[in-house]
Amino acid sequence: MTAVPVPHRVVARRPETADTVTLCLEPVGAALPDFAPGQFAMVHSFGRGEIPVSASSVQATGGLAHTIRSVGAVSDGLCATRVGDVVGLRGPYGNTWELERAHGADVLVVAGGIGLAPLRPLILTALDGRKAYGRVNVLIGARTPDDLIVRKEIESWPTTFTGVTVDQPADGWRGDVGVVTQLLGRARFAPDNTWAFVCGPEPMIRAAARELAEHGVPRDRVRVSLERNMRCATGHCGHCQFGPLLLCQVGPVVDWAHAEPLLSVREL
Amino acid sequence: MTATAAPAVLDRDGLNALVAALVAQGRTVVGPTVRDGAIVLAELASADELPFGWGVELDAGRYRLVSREDGAAFAHSSGPQSWKSYLHPSRERLWSADRTPAGDIRFTPHEPDPPSYAFLGVRPCDLRAIAIQDRVLTGGRYEDTGYGKRRAGAFLIVAECTEPGATCFCVSTGGGPAADPGYDLALTEVVDEDGHRFLVRVGSEEGAKLLERLPHRTADPATEATARTAVDTARDRMGRALPPVDLRALMGASLDAERWNDVASRCLTCGNCTMVCPTCFCTTTEEVTDLTGDHTERWQRWDSCFDLDFSHLHGGPVRSSGRSRYRQWLTHKLSTWHDQFDTTGCVGCGRCIVWCPAGIDITEEVTALDAELTGSAADADHAAFRTEPD
Repeated sequence: MTAVPVPHRVVARRPETADTVTLCLEPVGAALPDFAPGQFAMVHSFGRGEIPVSASSVQATGGLAHTIRSVGAVSDGLCATRVGDVVGLRGPYGNTWELERAHGADVLVVAGGIGLAPLRPLILTALDGRKAYGRVNVLIGARTPDDLIVRKEIESWPTTFTGVTVDQPADGWRGDVGVVTQLLGRARFAPDNTWAFVCGPEPMIRAAARELAEHGVPRDRVRVSLERNMRCATGHCGHCQFGPLLLCQVGPVVDWAHAEPLLSVREL
Repeated sequence: MTATAAPAVLDRDGLNALVAALVAQGRTVVGPTVRDGAIVLAELASADELPFGWGVELDAGRYRLVSREDGAAFAHSSGPQSWKSYLHPSRERLWSADRTPAGDIRFTPHEPDPPSYAFLGVRPCDLRAIAIQDRVLTGGRYEDTGYGKRRAGAFLIVAECTEPGATCFCVSTGGGPAADPGYDLALTEVVDEDGHRFLVRVGSEEGAKLLERLPHRTADPATEATARTAVDTARDRMGRALPPVDLRALMGASLDAERWNDVASRCLTCGNCTMVCPTCFCTTTEEVTDLTGDHTERWQRWDSCFDLDFSHLHGGPVRSSGRSRYRQWLTHKLSTWHDQFDTTGCVGCGRCIVWCPAGIDITEEVTALDAELTGSAADADHAAFRTEPD
């Protein structure tokens, strides 16, 4: 590892759920290169450490932002930052969703929980260049209505179809209940001319990608974003190995055609 | 290259002069020496500290020094350390950060000038290991600049292998006891009735320049022939071998093998094999703060894929079983290393066998995996699957 974090100031802090916040960040001095949808940063919490976090907003879609769920010492520290605080960022690292490959095709986004965060800049980019794509579908699943992130914003997206479903409804929930893949029936897409982009918990990725393949979406057009432990993000620490893949270098976005045989091996 | 490109001969005085010249250049000379009942790598002030008259007796989980009557300095195989201890140290500060009174954070890279190393007695297997770590740490999209600087300044003196150990299997990994290119000087030790001497081949301009300053003579045919024969013979004296099959394919086809349970019942997941392995490069990071809370440092240290935390994600480790962690290590070494770095991750030095407290033998495990796969697919035609050894 060699790169040193670049200081960024928290200019806005948006609570998303009980344990998740979005930090909008601006460089204190020199800026990092532009992030592309799907790429991630190593985000440093002073005195705690660094974690890899995908960008939930990139420069082209409204400035840099990271949406972070508090699950450990570093993410706790980052979630507890206040507007005006400074965090360190290294990046951008990893590959992108490669949305441009979907030009002229239908776009199908499947997101589970906080998995919507790295897909958000992709959705905004697709909607912004709407004419370049066919139909745009966004399918979102969450455990409960309270676990939905960017909830207000979702309603404003001019997609062909947006579906939201939860595993456990709460009082007042009038939407769908069940797994995210059950929304596929209502999405409008031509499977053989569709690019799908999937992010969420691994069991959800597995189920969604398999079902997309069963619907006839070519497996090499199903792009999934995977997560592994990462310490360096520069291909040197060995932690993000996933079989033959060093995910920080050739991922985090992987074609389902490559990911499926690897995800079918326990504890790989 | 210059006239010194022809092999030369150094005697013991020449070897002393070699170390003295390197020390005089301001280099940190590191080489094998006897300490704590083992031949370890340490900083040498003179060639006298080399393990003259010592050999080793190796087996799975066993290492013993044995005295040699011939007084040879390099008639021993790998010890517990490798050169990665110097090029890719076990602990390294990456950067520090300070909170300013205004509440900002200032990051400071830690970029010390490394010592100028001279490594004396690098084994051909370890020279290959250095080349592999070069590829991993400096050959990708990003460079580990600390490693890059230490490596660029290092002067490498190989000692070709004439006394392979019982746990050596470099030949079956595509290597051998003769030095590949990449060295500055290569020594081959000869001890016979004509005396104790070292055949020297030059591998770089810097090596040639240094040799010119040492008392040496042009190699006589007899010394050259004796040295060549000793190295050639060593090829056939490997104590162990990996099975001559396509190891990448074997590992890829063995992910669900029963043998992983067998080895997991013996493996302590202590990580010794990864610590002594000359190619294992994995590291983790630690955040270290001082009592003021306004100063923090980022440290990198060696990590092991056998550690439960290695694959930690929120919710728990990806590889919680010993079976999956041993499989990760072995399949990475022999198979996925190729996918990631276009090379094998094993040079056949045998350290992982010697320093395993449970005596687990990588060659035995691979042989068993091969037997299991061959047995389970006895009806299938494996001709296309196997390749002949090089």
